[in-house]
Amino acid sequence: MSGLSLGKNQPRLASRRRVRAVDTTVLVLVMLSLWQAIGSWTRGVAVSPPLQTLVYLVGLLQTSMFWDHAVATLQAFLLAFVLSALMGLALGLIFGVRRFAGEVAEPILAGFYTIPKVTLYPVVLLLFGLGMSAKVAFGVMHGLVPMTLFTLGAVRNLSPVLVRTARVLQLSPGRTMRWVLVPACLPDIVNGLRISFSLSLLGVLIGEMFSSQRGLGFLLVNGMAQHNVPLSTAIVTVIVAVAIAANTLMLRVGRRFGRPDA
Amino acid sequence: MSGESHVSLREVVRLYDGPPAVQALGPINLEIRRGEFLSIVGPSGCGKSTLLDVVSGLARPTSGSVRFEGRELRGEVPEGLGVVFQEDSSMPWLSVRDNVAFSLRTSGLPKQEAGDRVDHAVSFMGLAQFVDHYPAQLSGGMRQRVCIARTLVLHPRLILLDEPFGALDQQTRLLMGDELLRLWRETGATVLLITHALDEAAMLSDRVGVMSARPGRFIDLVETEWPRDRDSRVISDPKFGALTGRLWSSLREESLKAMGRAA
Amino acid sequence: MRRRQAALIVRIAVLASLIVLLEMACRLGLVDPLTVIAPSDMVSSMVDQIGSGELNASIAATFSTIVLAFVLAVIGGTAAGALIHRLPRLRDVADPLLASYYSVPTFIFYPLLVALLGLGQAPLVVLGVLSAAPAVVISTLSGFDNVAPVLMKLARVHRLTPARTLAWIVLPAALPHLFTGFKLALSYALIGVIAGEFILSGTGLGYAISFAYQSFDNRTMYGVMLFVLLVAVVANGVLYVWEGRLARRRSRG
Repeated sequence: MSGLSLGKNQPRLASRRRVRAVDTTVLVLVMLSLWQAIGSWTRGVAVSPPLQTLVYLVGLLQTSMFWDHAVATLQAFLLAFVLSALMGLALGLIFGVRRFAGEVAEPILAGFYTIPKVTLYPVVLLLFGLGMSAKVAFGVMHGLVPMTLFTLGAVRNLSPVLVRTARVLQLSPGRTMRWVLVPACLPDIVNGLRISFSLSLLGVLIGEMFSSQRGLGFLLVNGMAQHNVPLSTAIVTVIVAVAIAANTLMLRVGRRFGRPDA
Repeated sequence: MSGESHVSLREVVRLYDGPPAVQALGPINLEIRRGEFLSIVGPSGCGKSTLLDVVSGLARPTSGSVRFEGRELRGEVPEGLGVVFQEDSSMPWLSVRDNVAFSLRTSGLPKQEAGDRVDHAVSFMGLAQFVDHYPAQLSGGMRQRVCIARTLVLHPRLILLDEPFGALDQQTRLLMGDELLRLWRETGATVLLITHALDEAAMLSDRVGVMSARPGRFIDLVETEWPRDRDSRVISDPKFGALTGRLWSSLREESLKAMGRAA
Repeated sequence: MRRRQAALIVRIAVLASLIVLLEMACRLGLVDPLTVIAPSDMVSSMVDQIGSGELNASIAATFSTIVLAFVLAVIGGTAAGALIHRLPRLRDVADPLLASYYSVPTFIFYPLLVALLGLGQAPLVVLGVLSAAPAVVISTLSGFDNVAPVLMKLARVHRLTPARTLAWIVLPAALPHLFTGFKLALSYALIGVIAGEFILSGTGLGYAISFAYQSFDNRTMYGVMLFVLLVAVVANGVLYVWEGRLARRRSRG
């Protein structure tokens, strides 16, 4: 019997998890070997192999130079993320509640998503000058829109039944907000935060890669310019690890609020 | 209607993998006569749809044999058979005409003849004005008609229908029942109808099989003795009430059992 | 319907007034021309550059890179998605990876790609594919998941071979989802390629913008910038409209 796997043949969940753990480990090992292969085949000119990278990284994490740059990125990122989150939340609430404004704004926001914002970076630089404010602005440029869209969606998808139920239960506006509306919106808002997190980070990093003297993005490009391959590889590894860890964490947090991610 | 056997099921049992293994059906012994209109009713979960899967070859019996026109079915759908499913199986990306013509894609028929068959089936099912419409623009009843028309173009000798009118309102269902009878008479095919509606079974069929709660077995097989040229107006015949009553008295306890199990 | 049109009109009005405001601000000298130039100047710069053909090489380079990345991402992504869908064990492993994929900024691999593949079109194409393909895989999986089981039964009743089942039933049924994936793929490929050109390249529209910026040639820079933005908006807009048509034909009402 042929056919794509649409028939649900479910082995017990526990054994499935075990199988997946084994398979994932195998996959990770395969990826590491590939990494090793590319590294040694190019003789460390493009990528430095895993073990060498790890050793270098351990050494790097003990230098104050690294932490100077890491902190610079972290500062810019946190500022960008917090700004994106708060402004996105506020705008999303406004556009969600004021339906018409939301209808007008949504395609513009969605369209903004599809623009290569990198091309606008020179404008940001011209407006904010070189330095942290440019990086933060660029991070916000990336992180603001998804947060707004997700919040807008969350508010708009609120079932009217919820508000009516709150009224029947004679809840005060404060309690309606706290006990009914916010929990109902929370899954989408958490998702928005998760995406906004990744994108703010991306914005800040690109900013650093193009024109900055500080930050992990700068270290990356600088490392490449100086043919310091272990450095570049190590930085990439750090960024990937942090990004995935943060994303997985936020996925778990989101799941605790009831709905699986969109 | 000859007494010749068209489909024969002997000691058919169907289990679903576990653990634990669930016996969905059987043992079933049934001879479906060529050209007859046979309905099957039973409580929910009794395995009616499984029975249809087995008869059509979509599912293989765990034990026992199913023979269609003398040849044993081994989990493959034979030629000469048409199936109308419970869910809407019209293809949303094709127009009505293309939906109906879909069946003939692998038939190797010359274009002219295929086109003629499509036109005939389409007008037979009253869809002529909608040939260029898409299923999304049609009502549920019309979509089922498209599915039936799609079955017709193959000139099937056996037509299987799995609660095809379940989603429709009563009046539409009665009219669709009449359509089905017309179809049966014109094609001379054997019809096997699975339905939960006792009145539908009673008014349309030559015979009605009543199934028990899971695992489904036949507990009654009623001959209706209706004339061939019947339609939904047999409702007013006193025999209709008696028939429906008999079906329900066989079925009522089984339904309670099925509900008890569910509760 | 009327409300949608009203929203459209307001939207156009808002955007138009912002542009007009900027134009006036520039003309009145409220804005430093070393920072931002007037929209009308941006347009004329763009028109001049295109007309004189000085952008031709950049356009050819960037467009060819994007198209190549897009095609590879679509073909590879759909095939990979079909394969992953067919193998449940592979899917179990792939799902969490796909869920985290877009949290990693793909651009950080670009310098490594350049070191590996040289400073030409290759690293840009790879970057474009890395950005676009996962979106195709995800929407292919979603599309295949959403093929109604009754249609698969129909395929078996008609005794269709696996190849025909895929071509005649699964792909058409999944097409709306697939198309969404293609739309995203174009968007991501475009963004990826231009970002790559911008950060580190010798040719292409992204490079042209960064070069103009670093040469303090605002007029050229804004002209090319405007062109890139227009291309992005139009390309995505076209696909978006197509997507809507596709969905409307198939959905209830």
